[in-house]
Amino acid sequence: MVQYARTRFDASFAALSDATRRGVLEQLGRADASITDLAEKFHMTLTGMKKHVGVLEQAGLVTTEKVGRVRTCKLGLRRLEEEAAWIERYRQLWDARFDELDKVVEELKRKEKVDGRKKRE
Amino acid sequence: MKNRTTVERKSERELVVTRTFNGPARIVFEAWTKPELLKRWWAPKSTGVSLLSCEADVRVGGRYRFEFGHEASKPMAFFGRYIEVTPHSRLVWTNDESDDGAVTTVTFEEKGGKTLLVMHELYPSKEALDGAIAGMEGGMRETFAQLDELLVTLGASVGRS
Repeated sequence: MVQYARTRFDASFAALSDATRRGVLEQLGRADASITDLAEKFHMTLTGMKKHVGVLEQAGLVTTEKVGRVRTCKLGLRRLEEEAAWIERYRQLWDARFDELDKVVEELKRKEKVDGRKKRE
Repeated sequence: MKNRTTVERKSERELVVTRTFNGPARIVFEAWTKPELLKRWWAPKSTGVSLLSCEADVRVGGRYRFEFGHEASKPMAFFGRYIEVTPHSRLVWTNDESDDGAVTTVTFEEKGGKTLLVMHELYPSKEALDGAIAGMEGGMRETFAQLDELLVTLGASVGRS
C-alpha cells in the first residue's frame, strides 16, 4: 500500500512538472474536453496532446472515454476523492447543526405539551 | 436515538441534504423560521464559528442575513431572500452573495409524528457548484498551489546544479 501510494505520488509529480499538463488540468477543471479541443487550445499537435493526456491518465489525474471517434477527457479519480471529502465535511456541518436543532425540537415539544395541559385545566 | 444526515450530489448542479426529526412538521418549521430559534442551531460550537447576528424576515420577498466569524471585526455574511414560504411544508430562498449562489428549497414532510426534512440546493451551473466545492475548504486548488510552489523550488534547485 505504501509502495502503491509512493508510485502514485511520484507519477503525480512527474505529471505536474509540466506547465502544459497543469494547464490541461485547469482547463478540465472548468469543463470536460476532447483531445482535439485541448490540442487546439494549447497550440499543439494531436500526437503531442495525446502524450500529455497519457501521462496525466497514468497518474490518475485524468480519465478519458472514447465515444464514437471522439476521446473526451475529464478530471480523474483524484478530483472525485476531493469532492467526496468535501461532501463528507459538508455532511458533518449539517449533522452538527441538526443535532442542535434536535434539542430545539425537543424543547418546543415539551413546551407544547405543557401549554396544552394548561389550556385543558 | 440520533437520526442520520445524508448529503448527495444529485447532479452537476444539485446537492441534497436529508434528515428526519422526532417531532411534527409545525415544530421543525418553526425552528427554521423564527430567528431566535434559528440562532440556537445554525452555528454549533463544534464548527468553531460563532453567529454574530441572525436576521430572518420569513415571508415571500423577506430578507435574511446571518453574520458569523471568528472575530467580530471581520464578519462573513450569508444573505438572500425568501421566495416561497408555505407554512409547515416548504421554504425556498435565494443566496445573493454572488451570481453563483444556489437556490435552496427545504421541504418538511410529516409522517407518524416525525418529520423528513429534505434540503435541495440548486446551483446556476456546474461550475458554480464545483467552485463551491473547491472554494469552501481549498480542496484541489490549494493542493495544486502547494504542488506548484514545490515544483518551482525543485525546478530552481535543478537549474542551479
